[in-house]
Amino acid sequence: MNDHAASISSSPNAEGSRPKAPSIISIRNLHTRFGKLVVLNGVSIEIEAGKTIVILGPSGTGKSVLLKHIVGLLRPDKGEVYFEGHRIDDKPERLLMSYRTNFGFLFQMGALFDSLNVIENVAFPLVEHSKFPRDQIYDIAHQKLTMVGLPDAGKKMPGELSGGQRKRVALARAIAMAPKVILYDEPTTGLDPIRSDVINELIIKLKNELQITSIVVTHDMNSAFKVADRILMLAEGKIHFDGTPATIRQSDDPIVQQFISGEAGDAELAQLRRPSP
Amino acid sequence: MFCSKMPGMPAQFIETVGRSTNNTLAVFGDFSVFAAQTIRWMFQTFFRWRTWKLVLPQMYDVGVKSVPVIAVTGAFIGMVMAIESYNQFKALGQEERMGSIINLSVVKQIGPVLAAVMLAGRIGGALTAELGTMNVTEQLDALRVMGSDPIRYLVVPRLIACLLLSPILTIYSDVLGVLGGYFIAVLQFGVPSTPYWHYSNQAIDSWQIMEGIFKSFWFGGAIGLIACYKGFTCGAGASGVGRACTESFVSSFVAIMVLNFVLAKMLQDLYVAIYGMRSLFG
Repeated sequence: MNDHAASISSSPNAEGSRPKAPSIISIRNLHTRFGKLVVLNGVSIEIEAGKTIVILGPSGTGKSVLLKHIVGLLRPDKGEVYFEGHRIDDKPERLLMSYRTNFGFLFQMGALFDSLNVIENVAFPLVEHSKFPRDQIYDIAHQKLTMVGLPDAGKKMPGELSGGQRKRVALARAIAMAPKVILYDEPTTGLDPIRSDVINELIIKLKNELQITSIVVTHDMNSAFKVADRILMLAEGKIHFDGTPATIRQSDDPIVQQFISGEAGDAELAQLRRPSP
Repeated sequence: MFCSKMPGMPAQFIETVGRSTNNTLAVFGDFSVFAAQTIRWMFQTFFRWRTWKLVLPQMYDVGVKSVPVIAVTGAFIGMVMAIESYNQFKALGQEERMGSIINLSVVKQIGPVLAAVMLAGRIGGALTAELGTMNVTEQLDALRVMGSDPIRYLVVPRLIACLLLSPILTIYSDVLGVLGGYFIAVLQFGVPSTPYWHYSNQAIDSWQIMEGIFKSFWFGGAIGLIACYKGFTCGAGASGVGRACTESFVSSFVAIMVLNFVLAKMLQDLYVAIYGMRSLFG
């Protein structure tokens, strides 16, 4: 673990004091296991408002699990999650509902509602939570679709959209309620490099235009370097690296370097190198 | 002797039984919490127009689309009962009394139970598949993240549709069953029409009809709750959804049978307490 990460995990702030003012989200000493599998093993992070944080890490290290803890979709075995200084991990489901309107969540496959068309999907949170008249709701939904570059897709059903379009519609839905924080779960997975870059540009555009705090879980290093103000790397249930895109490039940590270069190590290749029977 | 020869066996058996019992109780507890949350949301939102905007499409799916299968089931059961019972009644020279047995069976037992079983197969499976697919594609999580309770938005409208339309479909099944029996007994076997209806009327009063309808309300509730619960808790992938659909039908079927027994016993005792014993052969 590098010095920065070590200081976070062991600092008094990470161990239980109230979060500092600039932190919009504070995660402290989070532990989660599924059966015997330990997924998060003491993760502590302070997330500043208005910044884009990218969380990297090999598959199965708990990146998506961490995102789901932030919005209360999962409850930790131990540890605390704060949003704007209010503890949310111990709130009952009914109270969490009002907190969740502060968040937008872009799911890996979009999670658009199959039974609703595109404009109805984007308008859904407004229909559920706002008091605007119907025409105004659909005007806002159309604005959001325009913002993600799909102004004419409103009448289409989710099944008629390509993978990239689905993610853009899901992003339009995620920003419909003007959230303070957007969580991106592998936003460029399954897209070609050009569509991936469109999504990256959208993340930057939303941050610049709406001053939204973004937390991006990804394996895509190009995406990470392009959108991140700060990069965290999860490994073995802990924060293994915490720094800027510039410092992660210069890191001499072998795990970090192996992940950045995208090369399988001897341990991963040992099985493949065995002679076939 | 047995224990000393195979010391591991009893302990292993007890452990397996214990774990299985524990899991079953955990699932039942989880289902009870799910049902309680659904009923609480149902009472809180029952009179809101937004709820009914979601209920009406479900009523179309549960009710209108089920009419053909319920009609065929009801009509054929009535006809089969007439065919099976005719020779026995004729041997006794009592074929005019056929209507009392056929219609009483249809209205009290076979109509409601078969309508419920058909509904469990047609609607229960479809609800589980729909909600299960929403579950594995993270649409339920998307609802939660947007601050909407999936139970209120998805389960309550489906449960209301099942509760309201199960009795109506049962009435439909009863009517078709009675007409099916009449068609075979009177029009095919030549049983005189007037005594056929007379004895039917003697055997069936409004209590018997309401008993079937009352039971169907409970069957509808069980089908709706079980189907939605199985969808909400299904495993990952296509196989998880498929398994949940099978479990949904089997659990609904067992629930219908158990509820039918319990309600039949309770309603029978209540009837005897209020009106006394009534013989069909008097």
